[in-house]
Order: sequence, then C-alpha cells, then structure tokens
Amino acid sequence: MSVLTILISLLFYASGLILIIGVANRIRIYWRTPSPLVIPTTPAPLTRTGVAARLFGEVVFFQSLFRGNKWTWILGWLFHFGMLLVLLRHLRYFTDPIWWWVDLIQWVGVYAGFAMVAGLAGLLVRRLVVERIRYISAPSDHLMLLLLLGIGLSGLMMKHLVHTDIVSVKQFTMGLITFDWQPLPADPLLIIHLLMVATLMIIFPFSKLLHAPGVFFSPTRNMRDTPREQRNLADWAAKLDETRHSGAGE
Amino acid sequence: MAATQFQTPRIREYPTIPVLVRGAMAHSQPFVAKPDHQEPLGFPGELVDNWKEVALKRMGELLGKYRSLQVFLDICVKCGSCTDKCHYFQGTADPKNMPVARQDLLRKVYRRYFTLAGKYFPKLVGAVDLTEEVLWDWYKYYHQCSQCRRCSVYCPYGIDTAEITMAGREILASVGIGQKYSNEIIGKVYKIGNNLGLPRPALLDTLEGLEEEVEEETGVKVRFPLDVKGAEVLLVTPSADFFAEPHVDGLIGYGKVFHQAGISWTLSSHASEAGNFGLFIGNYENMQKVAMRVREAALDLGVKRIVVGECGHAWRVAYSFWNTLIGPFDFLDPAYPVPQHICEFTHDLLLKGMIKLDPSENDDKVVTFHDSCNVARASRMGDMPGGQFVIPRELIKASCNHFVDMAPETINDQTFCCGGGGGVLTDDLIEIRVKGALPRMEALKQVVEQDGVTHMAAICAICKSQFTKVLPYFDLGMDMIVSVHQLISEAIVLEGSEQEEAPSTSDTQS
Ligand code: SF4
Ligand code: SF4
Repeated sequence: MSVLTILISLLFYASGLILIIGVANRIRIYWRTPSPLVIPTTPAPLTRTGVAARLFGEVVFFQSLFRGNKWTWILGWLFHFGMLLVLLRHLRYFTDPIWWWVDLIQWVGVYAGFAMVAGLAGLLVRRLVVERIRYISAPSDHLMLLLLLGIGLSGLMMKHLVHTDIVSVKQFTMGLITFDWQPLPADPLLIIHLLMVATLMIIFPFSKLLHAPGVFFSPTRNMRDTPREQRNLADWAAKLDETRHSGAGE
Repeated sequence: MAATQFQTPRIREYPTIPVLVRGAMAHSQPFVAKPDHQEPLGFPGELVDNWKEVALKRMGELLGKYRSLQVFLDICVKCGSCTDKCHYFQGTADPKNMPVARQDLLRKVYRRYFTLAGKYFPKLVGAVDLTEEVLWDWYKYYHQCSQCRRCSVYCPYGIDTAEITMAGREILASVGIGQKYSNEIIGKVYKIGNNLGLPRPALLDTLEGLEEEVEEETGVKVRFPLDVKGAEVLLVTPSADFFAEPHVDGLIGYGKVFHQAGISWTLSSHASEAGNFGLFIGNYENMQKVAMRVREAALDLGVKRIVVGECGHAWRVAYSFWNTLIGPFDFLDPAYPVPQHICEFTHDLLLKGMIKLDPSENDDKVVTFHDSCNVARASRMGDMPGGQFVIPRELIKASCNHFVDMAPETINDQTFCCGGGGGVLTDDLIEIRVKGALPRMEALKQVVEQDGVTHMAAICAICKSQFTKVLPYFDLGMDMIVSVHQLISEAIVLEGSEQEEAPSTSDTQS
C-alpha cells in the first residue's frame, strides 16, 4: 500500500470526524440557545405544518432570496441543486450494488456538474463585479467559491477529459467505508479533487457553510405566529418572571 | 434644531441602487446618555475603564441568551440579497448602512473572539479586534437602524439586522455609552408613567379639554375617562396621542368608537404609555419593567380587556411579547384576544354593526396607507396571517370613498420604515431621519402625482411624528399625515344621547 493511499485515507477519516463532530456541536449550541421572544418575520404561519411549509419553501426554492435578488437566486439555485444531484450521483462510489435510483440519475448528474460550475462561476463574478457585494466579502468568501469551483472543475475534467480509473476509485472508497483499505490510483487530478473535498469538510463547521443546518434554527423563519395564545418563556427569563410580581398591583 | 447642514436627498425618477459613498454618515451619532439617564436603567453612568472586557463578556452572555444572535452571526453567507433593501442605505449610500455590513460591525468582533477561524486567521475571515474605533462605529451605525426588519424579509435565512442592532445597543449601554434619547424616556416612564412625562393632573386636564372639544363640535358628550375602576376596557395608547397633532385626532376617534359602541373604557395614569423603548435598547429586563405597568394597571382597575392604541413598535411588544413578559392574562375575559389592537377592536364592531361609518364625510380626501414596519413585519391583527395589512385598509375604505395603495414593493411586508423608528426619532439624528425617509417619500410622491392623493394614514405614533417633521423637506405638506382613527372620527355616525353607557365620572381616584 502506498504512502499516498494511507495519507489520503487518514485524511478522510479525520475530516469526516471533524465534519460530523463539528457540525453536531454547532447544532447542539443552536438547539440549546433559547429564543426568549416570539420573533417570526410576519406574516408568519400559525401552525407547525405552516412552519414546515415555510422552511420547505426556503430550503427548496430559496423563496426569500427570490424576492430579494433574481440573479443571486438563479445562480445560487443552479449551484446548490447542481451540487445536490452531483452528490447523489456520487453515491455510486459508496453503494455496492449501486442503488437503482442512483443508477437512474447518473445521466442528470453529468449535466448537473455543469450547472453547478456555471452557478459558482456566476456567483464569483457577481462577488467581484458588484460593488456592494465586493464590499461585504472577506478573502474567505472568495476562497470558498474558488474551492468549490476547483472541486467541480476537477470532477468534470475527470469525467470528460482525462478519465480516471473509476473501478479502482470505487474500490478505494468502498475500502474506506468498510475499513478495508484499497490502493488509490495515483492520478494527480483525482488527488487534487480529493484534497479539496477534504478541505471543504474540515472548513464546514467553522465557517458560513453552517448556513445549511443553521437555516432550520432561524427564529424568524421557524417560529409560529401565536404569541397571544402561548407564552414563550426561556429558562433564564422564567427566573426573572418569578421575581417580577413583587411590585405594585398584586 | 438643524444643527448640522445636510442635503435632502433628491427624489429619484427611477429608484436605483446607489453607488457606495464610504463614510457618508460617519459623522452621525446621537447624544450620549448622561449618568442620570443610564443609572435608573441599571447601566453604568459613563464608559467604564475595562470596557473591552465588559463588552466581550456581555456579548458572550447575549450569545447564550438569544438563539437569533448566535445563529445569525454564524450563518450569513454574504449573498448580498439584503444590501439594497435598507431605507437608510438607499438614502445615504453609506456602505455601513447595508444591513449585512451593519451586522458585520458586530460579526467581525464575534469572529475574532468567539470563533476558531477568527482567533487564528483573522485576516482571512475578516475578523477585527475590538478597539475604541470599532466601539464608536457600533454607536454610530447601530443608531442608523430603525429595527424595521425589512432586510430580514429578503434574507434566505431570515437574518434580522434588528436583532443585531439590539444586541449592539445593549452591549454599548452595558459599557456606559447608552443613547440619551431612549434611556431618558425609559427613565420618564419609571418616574411618571409615560414617555412624554405627562403627570396625572396634566392628563386629566387634556382629557377634559377633549371632552369639551368634542361636545362643542358634535353636540355629543363623549367621555375620555382616566383611572376608572371597573371599566370593561383598559386602553393603553402612546402618550403622543394625548397632545400632538395628528395623534390626538386618533384618540378622539377611539373615544367616539367606544362611545358609540357603548363599551365602558378607561385610560390609566399608571400605564399611560403604550410605547416600550426597552425594545429599542434591546434590553429584556427594561422592556419587561416598562410593560409590567400595564399588567399592574389592568389588575388595579379590574378591567376585562386590554386594547392598544395606534403605535407600531408598541404593538410589536404588546402583541408579540406581552404574554411572555407580563402574562398570563388569565384575569381577563378569554373571549377577546389579549391584547387587542384598536383597529381589530373597531373592525370587529363594524362587522357586528355596532358602529356605522359614513365615508362621504371624508370625500375631500384621497387617502393612502403607510404600513408601519413593526406592525407589518413583527405582529399581526385578526385571525389570519397578513390581517395587519387587511384590517386597517378595511377601516380606511369604510370611512372614506377614495383609497389608493402605494407601489406594491413599498407596502405590506415590503413596506419602508418612515425613517424615524427604533429610537431614531430625535432631533440629534435629523439628518439620518430625513435621508431614511427617501424611499417612502418617493412612493408617496408617485401616488400624489398620479392619483391625486391628499392624505397618508398611519397607525404609529412614531410614523406620525416623523412624517410631520420630514414631509416638508420633500415639499409635501406636514398635515398630509393622519391617524386611521382620525378618518373614523370624521366618518362615525354618532347617535342619541350621551349618558346611557358612561360608567362613571372621569375623575374617580384610583
Ligand atoms: S432593520 Fe431596517 S433599518 Fe435596520 S438594517 Fe434592516 S432594513 Fe435597515
Ligand atoms: S441576505 Fe442574509 S445571508 Fe445574504 S448577505 Fe444579507 S444577511 Fe447575509
């Protein structure tokens, strides 16, 4: 077994752990932190089903972004849904035998790769060209897009230009998840692709990529508009509550 | 008090996104609170020596207390959707008035001290040290936000800059630099009972004057009772209603509605203020303390219902927070929502046929409606989402024949703040107030020119005061702005004698 295989394998275990533990930790913090006041952006749903529908609209259709900026919406949507399909397509490297529906979407996944890269490129251009967005961007905002672009482009190149040994790649990935390490083909494009993916996984819990789990915790989107019907006492506020009636009137 | 010279922004023919002018409003900051204004609220009198330590500690506490703050500071992706949505940005072109940039003032410090990336790679992620310059940047730009929530409508994650502004102000007050305007007013509520500092005798006097005025005008004895025990309804209204135009015409309208419906009601001198500036300074404890006076008054007077007068942020606190802050209201009549907005109240009576409106009384007017930001985006009326847009419009249409809405992207939940909300309504901030009014003024001008609109109705004391002040800057008459209940006051058909339903005389001691 080559040193390369060992290093990349270890890297993926490490970045996988960082991703899972890091995100779980963040979610735990979001979960634990109370929302002491009822603050949905109104008009807001009155029922839990309504809230679920609102979140569905945000996560699947980016509906608030749609109202805010059509360019960012179309580019962002291309990128995210392109990426989703690409990720689903990648399940073929982790399932044996390949799940039937993963097989079924292979052809879409190929186009989705282009959509993803086109969306990302558009977002990057926007970030560089539109003065307001350039103003609010830190180096990390640009680098994040470049990293994703790099992942997308290296993937597309392996698919369409310099074919990589897919069979060995699959043996490697299956080996990773079954803890039965298999040699990784020493293909530079593949190595770059994998290194960038691992980087992204490591960065995830420490960056704005937290928007993915975070959106479900956004009080302006996930609260019901029922403050007159229900009190919404946080634990720390309940302590104030116990002492508050000492004044006049009671 | 036009201390600073500035240019009123030009009405743009086609509103476009301004080109950034860095530092355009870097000179704008409100007067700093004196120790007298700070201490009654539990804040240090002046900037403490170890302010940096105190500020970071406070930030840490707030992060643990408010999920909004913790999540919002983490998850902004800098997509830019909010950047052009703030009226203060549109009116000033200062990039720090873009909502995300306003958040970033705090976020950069959060990153530096509370995140791994900011601790080790500050340059990479745009994290900065908390310096005195940063602190004063907070002071300046967190007082150029009216907590109107327009930005949150367009954010893919619902990030509400108002939450960040409140946290920023709370941290500032905690290290000793509070805002004089808000903190002085909260002090007045604690001492006297209302924002304007009107003591009971002055209130009584005003209310008696109103009774005379209405009787002279209509021949009907409409009561304006104060501190009447056993009344059915406690009306809590912004104190501006007691004295300034056009607010007071709204109060007259409420009185006529109660009179005509035959429902006994009272004001309270203990809770003679609906506004709650505790919201503006982002401080839960003060907000609760201000609100508590309403509970106390309701218990003391033994009323069965609480109705809130026309006010925006006040209605947000009342509708969204009272139950949590000062509830439960199990001592009130469960048949009615607590609290109930005066527009809900009047609308209900109208539907039941208990009052009649004659819209021809307002035939001299063509009216449009300004959705107040905090009613629109932080509360509700009626039993369906969006009732806050429908009910006031229904009332206006029932009381006048000519109603026109402004451009769709400037009303309902996309409404623009008047420019004076959230603790900005003070003369030392007049420049930002005028500039921030630009988008609303543009929309108004459009309907004035196209549809001959003569009046703009509003349901917020801040909106009314702000427009009275800024309309002339845009060559519009200051008396264009009216209360919704002022229109009702004109249109309501008052019948019969006056005595039948009056519960008791107005000067009962409580
Ligand atoms: S809350 Fe309103 S005033 Fe504040 S940043 Fe957002 S849009 Fe601007
Ligand atoms: S719209 Fe939301 S996510 Fe986008 S830049 Fe503004 S605050 Fe950040």
